Amino acid sequence: MKNILLTTALLALTTGAAAAQTVRLGTEGAYPPFNFINDAGEVAGFERDVGDEICKRAALTCEWVTNEWDSIIPNLQSGNYDVIIAGMSITEERDKVIDFSQNYFPPAASVYVATDPAADVATGVVSAQVGTIQAGHVAESGATLLEFATPDETVAAVRNGEAVAVFADKDFLAPIVAESNGELMEVGEPVQLGGGVGLGLRESDTELKAKFDAAIQSMKDDGSLNALIEKHFGPETAKF
Amino acid sequence: MFSSCADPKAIEGLTWLLCYLTSGKHLDFYASFGTVLALLAITAPTALAFGFFGAMAARSPMLPLRLLGQGYTGMVRGIPDIVFFLFFVIALDQGIEWMVHQVRCPDWTEPVRQGLEFRVCPEAKVPSSNAAQTWHSLYGFGLAVFTFALVFGAFAANVLTGAMAAVPRAQLETAESYGMTPRQVFRRIMVPQMWVYALPGLSNLWMILIKATPLLFLLGVKDIVYWARELGGSKTQAYEYPHPDWRLYYFLFLLCFYLLMTWGSERVLGRVSQRLSLGQATAAGEAQRKAAA
Repeated sequence: MKNILLTTALLALTTGAAAAQTVRLGTEGAYPPFNFINDAGEVAGFERDVGDEICKRAALTCEWVTNEWDSIIPNLQSGNYDVIIAGMSITEERDKVIDFSQNYFPPAASVYVATDPAADVATGVVSAQVGTIQAGHVAESGATLLEFATPDETVAAVRNGEAVAVFADKDFLAPIVAESNGELMEVGEPVQLGGGVGLGLRESDTELKAKFDAAIQSMKDDGSLNALIEKHFGPETAKF
Repeated sequence: MFSSCADPKAIEGLTWLLCYLTSGKHLDFYASFGTVLALLAITAPTALAFGFFGAMAARSPMLPLRLLGQGYTGMVRGIPDIVFFLFFVIALDQGIEWMVHQVRCPDWTEPVRQGLEFRVCPEAKVPSSNAAQTWHSLYGFGLAVFTFALVFGAFAANVLTGAMAAVPRAQLETAESYGMTPRQVFRRIMVPQMWVYALPGLSNLWMILIKATPLLFLLGVKDIVYWARELGGSKTQAYEYPHPDWRLYYFLFLLCFYLLMTWGSERVLGRVSQRLSLGQATAAGEAQRKAAA
């Protein structure tokens, strides 16, 4: 009995290469409404819907996995999953190490959110998530950058006074501000960063990239992508 | 879980709390306690085995074996745990895949390392990318157990080497004079008697192992710390159960769990120590003898 169990375990681990290749989608699962773990313990959000639809159109079997944000690129490269779908903005710097599909979310604004309308975002302590374009922007802006591993912690830092403001995607912060009963507010001017959100792929996966590009294009063409953006981010968000 | 939880935003008070605490995500959280306990239950004996063989090798009369044992304990003990957990696991994972790759895809011409990418043929992926997520989790857990066992085995080896050296020479000499072979002396006299000397060191290691389990999180295994942070973070209306930042409560709960674990372990280890001291030529054994007399 033990042997049978062991053998099946080994088989499950090593065979199955003959069947259609499963594409593993890696996401962070902590960045609502882009991606988050819902109360049933499953990946949900805008990117869940987009990813499932893209896979359907490209006729691929996809599986969702979660990974910490700060190791999401190295783990793609070492092959733990095949695609990054985690609200990752297309930037030149990242494009040097991985490839991006065309964007499935238009270039968006990043905003500062604080508890005090007079918060000094130019020279004060500003929190941002580690390894994001927002963190890079804060570091260059002259403010003191306070980095956190998860998006949630960056907001908590403002609430408990560790930072005067948090700098992140407007679409992530907007629902948090709206539900804070006036505790949090947008301050300063919105900043346009990055070239939209795209799928991250290994540079050697050109075939997969072409399939995804085509699927995203078809979603843009028939308006289903815009419908999903509106469903998750509200009618005021920029669309294609 | 319950039918009354179908629409979480319409319920309040205790019902809400009950539904909240039995959501799928919370069930995952409770299950992760099992993961941590399983890790402890598997790692502790494995580490002890690693330590035992490490100690035997370090005391071996054969030079290569001795160097191997001493090299193992020296190296692993000298490297910071966190470096070990970050580097070794990746190296192990890629090493396994590289070996499978050599066996399964001898005709593969592309280089395995392409810049920063590590690319083996699809058949060499461990576990296969078609395997269910459960296998990926199990594989990750297996790597974690092995790494923990290797690190703690090195410390255990050091403790056991010391304990073996602490067994009174007179006892071993008596056994030899009875005509026992070195192997018999080791098995019948030294090993049964060394535990009492090893126990303080080993119980220390056990405590450190309990407290080191949050490192699982670094290895990508979703342990209790991961879930506490995930569940405790403030939740917007995008979630079924929106709530403010509750991390404090979740981490307090973890604190209680860890305190309970270490407190329980201390009591058990205290008993074991009493038991092992019985009839030993140590101060504790002598005290027991006097108390009984």
